[in-house]
Amino acid sequence: MNIVVCVKHIPDPNLPAEMDGKTLKREGVQGVMDPGDEFGVEAGLQIKERLATGDGESGEGEVTLVSMGPAAAMEAVRRGLSMGADKGVLVSDDVLKGSDALATAKVLSAAIQKNGAFDLVIAGVESTDGYTGTLPGTLAEFLGVPHVSTVKEIVSADGGTLKVNRQTADGYHVVEVGLPAVISVTAGVNEPRYASFKGIMAAKKKPVEQLSLSDLDLSGDDVAVKQEVTELSKAEEREGGEIIEDDGSAAAKIADFLKEAKVI
Amino acid sequence: MPQDIRLLDDEQRALVQMVREFATAEAKPLSIDYEARSEDPKPLYDKLAELGLTGVPFPEERGGGGQPYSTYLLIVEELAAAYLALAIGLSVHTLCAFAINEFGTEDQKKDVLEKLTAGEWFGAYALSEPGSGSDAAALTSKAVRDGDSYRLSGTKVFCTRGDEADVVLVLARTGEAGPKGISSFLVEKGTPGFGGSKKEDKMGWRSSPTWMMSLDDAEVPASRRLADEGNGFKVALASLDSGRLGIAACGIGVAQAAFDEALKFTGEREQFGKPVSANEGVQFMLADMSTAIEAGRRLYRHAAALRDAGLNYSLQAAQAKLFCTDAAMRVTTDAVQLHGGYGYITEYPVERYMREAKALQIVEGTNQIQRYVIGRSLT
Ligand SMILES: Cc1cc2nc3c(=O)[nH]c(=O)nc-3n(C[C@H](O)[C@H](O)[C@H](O)COP(=O)(O)OP(=O)(O)OC[C@H]3O[C@@H](n4cnc5c(N)ncnc54)[C@H](O)[C@@H]3O)c2cc1C
Repeated sequence: MNIVVCVKHIPDPNLPAEMDGKTLKREGVQGVMDPGDEFGVEAGLQIKERLATGDGESGEGEVTLVSMGPAAAMEAVRRGLSMGADKGVLVSDDVLKGSDALATAKVLSAAIQKNGAFDLVIAGVESTDGYTGTLPGTLAEFLGVPHVSTVKEIVSADGGTLKVNRQTADGYHVVEVGLPAVISVTAGVNEPRYASFKGIMAAKKKPVEQLSLSDLDLSGDDVAVKQEVTELSKAEEREGGEIIEDDGSAAAKIADFLKEAKVI
Repeated sequence: MPQDIRLLDDEQRALVQMVREFATAEAKPLSIDYEARSEDPKPLYDKLAELGLTGVPFPEERGGGGQPYSTYLLIVEELAAAYLALAIGLSVHTLCAFAINEFGTEDQKKDVLEKLTAGEWFGAYALSEPGSGSDAAALTSKAVRDGDSYRLSGTKVFCTRGDEADVVLVLARTGEAGPKGISSFLVEKGTPGFGGSKKEDKMGWRSSPTWMMSLDDAEVPASRRLADEGNGFKVALASLDSGRLGIAACGIGVAQAAFDEALKFTGEREQFGKPVSANEGVQFMLADMSTAIEAGRRLYRHAAALRDAGLNYSLQAAQAKLFCTDAAMRVTTDAVQLHGGYGYITEYPVERYMREAKALQIVEGTNQIQRYVIGRSLT
């Protein structure tokens, strides 16, 4: 099975964000692979490994990482390779600086199609820097394949179908989808492995194809930004929470609170 | 702020990040319980093996990582910032493996070194004795040749993970008094007559077991003698040069951890209507602490770079061990001070760091001995 995992290089979310006008400053800051994408890479690796060891279908196939970003985004691709992915594709082009989610989906779909036949594309539900959450669905549309969003568990993958559990507000849906397809995975779908020492050293030797926009037969017009950020404001500070002094009624008050929040 | 990794090469940066993830997600949180229970964190050592971190500076044909010592030390520093006892265990293990890689026969490398680099086995180092610490060449444990074996007898003290280790590098006397009568042996766990006889109760490093080891007519095959008879002290000193860099990196790691806590605490704690760190007196302390850490880091990395370039680095290793561990003691003490009363209670981690830093000034040659080594090599 050929699996493509989309990975994004983002400014380290553990460091204070720096702005470049109304967009996030991306160059010259310490970056990391989006922590959400680690789940995607792990999901891809697990499916490949499961097929390699298990039932019926042969383990042939590869996990390919596809990323769009500045040259520094190579670090995110390497990170995925050191976890165990087989190869990478990085689309870098000055024209793409400041791209919106629509243009990104267009570029990623072109890169995925250029990479060859695929059975499954995996992405995170949303990025940890932009949080639009629109990319996986848009990507599926461009690729002309079905999309299953917010996958919290991959039940099985064989015989051209994928069975997954899909997170909903009050439980989960069991979904079977014919391949090829795009899925977006939540944090919690698995526990991403560390990149081991051997993995890090092996990543050095794995192939990464670097593409520009023209390699994908796309022009600047195709990826023109259609979205404008008109205003930025700080998120409201979280309020300090309510402190309940225990005068004998605290337990009841907490139970009421939890009931109101529909937790119990 | 953890160590600045921007100027490292791609692999080093990826390695530090991987170790940092493991350290923050597992080693650091688990360390609290292991320290409280004075229990050796065996599962974490196994995890180090799984991650491929037990043989980083050794040749690939021996199952190692084939990396320069400088790269290995980045890992030690990062681990030490999260869990010093674990970093010390790795450092002692590496010291033992180093000796075999440097002085071992083909068979010893195959049978022992390769198990160590794979992390199937862990190593320890037994030089100190009740009557010989700083004056290590005065050791009195004996090894007497008996056919194809040696019979070892005597007592070793302060052996880190001595009873947990699968193989211990033991120094014992085969000849005349003084350094030239000493030989070194690889003694395996389970050798009859050999084992830990008392586990010390310590001020810090509580989850790094420190053992008194007894050698009671323990039979060790002659094929497990490392280097020629009479060359044991050379093995011991070379290992210590290398090991001291590991201790220096540990010092910087624990100092960094203490500094990070102090910076955070003084920024959050308010007195007189403003954060404590708004006071110049506090800022000057933070300035000195961060400068000492950065200077120490450059010093040990310089010594490591000399080592990696194949140059003599004994002097610089002693300077690095001295400076980095003295800095660790000062920085951790100041970190407690900057926490006020909160620094003195175990709910905050800085009192632990202060206890941990103390031992770094003592092991692998006290800091008085480092000054002695430096002075002697300068004059
Ligand atoms: C936690 C811990 C772990 C250890 N792990 C190991 C291990 O794994 N393997 C191992 O072999 N050893 C280990 N050691 C032992 C350690 O290396 C020795 O404690 C150290 O070398 C000092 O020896 P000593 O304790 O006998 O002190 P002594 O040598 O008796 O020193 C007492 C004091 O005298 C000073 N002094 C001695 N000689 C001089 C001099 N010439 N000039 C100036 N001052 C001097 C010393 O600096 C010290 O302050 C460990 C020790 C500790 C505390």
